[in-house]
Amino acid sequence: MSGQEMTGAQIVIRALLDHGVDTIFGYPGGAVLPIYDEIFKQEGIKHILVRHEQGAVHAAEGYARSTGKPGVVLVTSGPGATNAVTGLTDALMDSIPLICLTGQVPTHLIGSDAFQECDTVGITRPCTKHNWLVNSVDELTRVMHESFYVATNGRPGPVVVDIPKDVQFASGTYEGPANVVHKTYRPQIKGDASAITRAVELMAGAKKPIFYTGGGVINSGPNASLLLRQLAEMTGYPVTSTLMGLGAYPSHEDQWLGMLGMHGTYEANNAMHDCDVMICVGARFDDRVTGRLDAFSPNSKKIHIDIDPSSINKNVHVDVPIIGDCAHVLEDMIRIWKSKVAQPDKEALADWWRQIDTWRGRKSLAFKQDESGPIKPQQAIQRLYELTKDRETYITTEVGQHQMWAAQHYHFDEPNRWLTSGGLGTMGYGLPAAIGAQIAHPDALVIDIAGEASIQMCMQEMSTAIQFMLPVKIFILNNEYMGMVRQWQELLHGGRYSHSYSEALPDFVKLAEAYGGTGIRASKPEELDAKITEMLDAPGPVIFDCLVDPAENCYPMIPSGAPHNEMILGEDPNAPTVTEEGKMLV
Amino acid sequence: MSDLSKSERHVLAVLVDNEAGVLARVIGLFSGRGYNIESLTVAEVDAAEHMSRITVVTKATPAVVEQILAQLDRLVPVHKVVDLSVDDIPSVNREMALIKVASTGDKRVEALRLSEAFRARVIDTTHSSFVFEVTGTPEKIEAFINLMRPLGLVDVSRTGVVAIARGAEGM
Ligand SMILES: Cc1ncc(C[n+]2csc(CCOP(=O)(O)OP(=O)(O)O)c2C)c(N)n1
Ligand SMILES: [Mg+2]
Repeated sequence: MSGQEMTGAQIVIRALLDHGVDTIFGYPGGAVLPIYDEIFKQEGIKHILVRHEQGAVHAAEGYARSTGKPGVVLVTSGPGATNAVTGLTDALMDSIPLICLTGQVPTHLIGSDAFQECDTVGITRPCTKHNWLVNSVDELTRVMHESFYVATNGRPGPVVVDIPKDVQFASGTYEGPANVVHKTYRPQIKGDASAITRAVELMAGAKKPIFYTGGGVINSGPNASLLLRQLAEMTGYPVTSTLMGLGAYPSHEDQWLGMLGMHGTYEANNAMHDCDVMICVGARFDDRVTGRLDAFSPNSKKIHIDIDPSSINKNVHVDVPIIGDCAHVLEDMIRIWKSKVAQPDKEALADWWRQIDTWRGRKSLAFKQDESGPIKPQQAIQRLYELTKDRETYITTEVGQHQMWAAQHYHFDEPNRWLTSGGLGTMGYGLPAAIGAQIAHPDALVIDIAGEASIQMCMQEMSTAIQFMLPVKIFILNNEYMGMVRQWQELLHGGRYSHSYSEALPDFVKLAEAYGGTGIRASKPEELDAKITEMLDAPGPVIFDCLVDPAENCYPMIPSGAPHNEMILGEDPNAPTVTEEGKMLV
Repeated sequence: MSDLSKSERHVLAVLVDNEAGVLARVIGLFSGRGYNIESLTVAEVDAAEHMSRITVVTKATPAVVEQILAQLDRLVPVHKVVDLSVDDIPSVNREMALIKVASTGDKRVEALRLSEAFRARVIDTTHSSFVFEVTGTPEKIEAFINLMRPLGLVDVSRTGVVAIARGAEGM
């Protein structure tokens, strides 16, 4: 294959096109001007100009999470790169494939404290899956192709390609992406057959089984979700999921127990605690999920499917580790289950479901909406769900109580529809992520369920939404508090609400109008339906200021440091409290 | 997280692509995740293939050692990671040290006499000092240094451990 002569900047654009990129999220500056010049000269790639580089990265995450394709970011050197760090860390924690291109000062100035120089590869080394400083145009083609390979293969993640300005100007040879064989990085995709057989035997002998699924099922692609549904149907076993995995298994199914973990349902957490065989599919035993480790599901045999070998035995010792891609392993499991003509223990399973039904009977997500009282945040989400569930809807969130209420009361039947910052818990994620999802799905309904504090962290992206005519809906559960912080201060710090009141809030309706969007406010429960409908009918971006009960706490809750079977179900004076040891945890 | 009383010393061999920043990645992994490094050595071992070999000595519980191996292995430029401290892979460990001893009279004579017992070589000498080169296990080097202490020990420079598996098999 013979290469083609072109400049470094042209190589960048050609490589993006050859990898099927249709959109990049970026912000210009001196060190990326040659690339911006090439963007100007072409039409194959759409550039979305954000208002802050953090927004560019979250928007690319929203694009990636809602499509399964990698997101692409372009920022300048120095402050452009440092502003991207929060988003990169977020993508690393949640395994989102991103390619972030950063400009760098010319090679001969590196190390001289030049204007807008920073050690981008040094700063981003711990917050990327991998990164490269491209020292010469001769390396550029290879690095561009490798960056896509590394970001999307194995456990996905963000990568940074740092390109000095002289490399962008230099002329070099471009070759297409065919036959890139990576020298060292070859993740294991197929699971070990004997381990899968052992897992199937364990599953078939289970009396109290549970599927504990996570974001890995979503990352593995839509086929993994289909296979999970198939395996769940064949076995009849209950299914729960982490925050990141919502939508992989349909919420309307009888076998669905709801989300597990700190704000998961009573039935999901108790079933995890009491199960005898746990089938963990693409989840990582995170501390939000396990609660107190030494009391985590004490009597179960654990099967763990994960593409990342370092997830195995990291927090919890497992009995049958299976390293591989979820879809591949689930497919093999189904095949082996069928070939063994495995039958679940029907009688034991019926007993198990009876037990689960008594837990369900506690109705741990119940809440009471007074007709004359303030809007309960749960009620707002429930109405939002009822009025939007029949559309193609993508939900993003910020971080806090509203995020947990959204996870509990909005229900998902499809993968890739729920975009939230799980691992890092980044306030400010939701609006730019909604923009990224809306770009990828122009005709879909995209809603950012937000808090009044979080939304102010990337509020400036409202301007991006206006510029690109993206009709995202920002649904603020305005409780005038950093509610999640307030809740912890109530439970752990004697109700001393130190700096968690949202003082000096802007008038969100006027703010929407100032940007050129629509502002709507609701303060009474009976207004909700009409105003939500008004929001849905508005053609452009909307900020919906939903004034909700400021004192509402998010329940159920496993207090930090407690095991799964010691949940607080609501405002109950006899509820378990947080231990001194638990206070030390986050 | 780790119960230090159950810690074991492990010698890990890591074969990496010799690209810019690879050592920073390995060191950053240890510091970022709170793993201990007792010693670390690195040098290119195959110029044609651009491969370097890093030998890390760490102290950790078996569960943490398992994590360290998995974390190292998932770094993109890492070819291979081997734990050279497990029973089924017997290995040899060596370290070299340069040791400067400054003294005169009886002490000087005694230092020279002891160096012969350790098969240390004198690689620099003045009327009042020696530089010894000594090779062996870390324990042997430790013992030699301790013996030199009362005899005018001035400076110690150690390479850290390098290790290789016994037998015919390569890494
Ligand atoms: C960038 C960032 N800073 C601080 C925090 C800590 N934090 C978690 S939730 C929260 C409060 C969020 O308030 P709001 O957006 O109003 O949501 P609410 O909990 O009230 O629903 C804070 C400060 C965070 N998650 N992210
Ligand atoms: Mg709030």
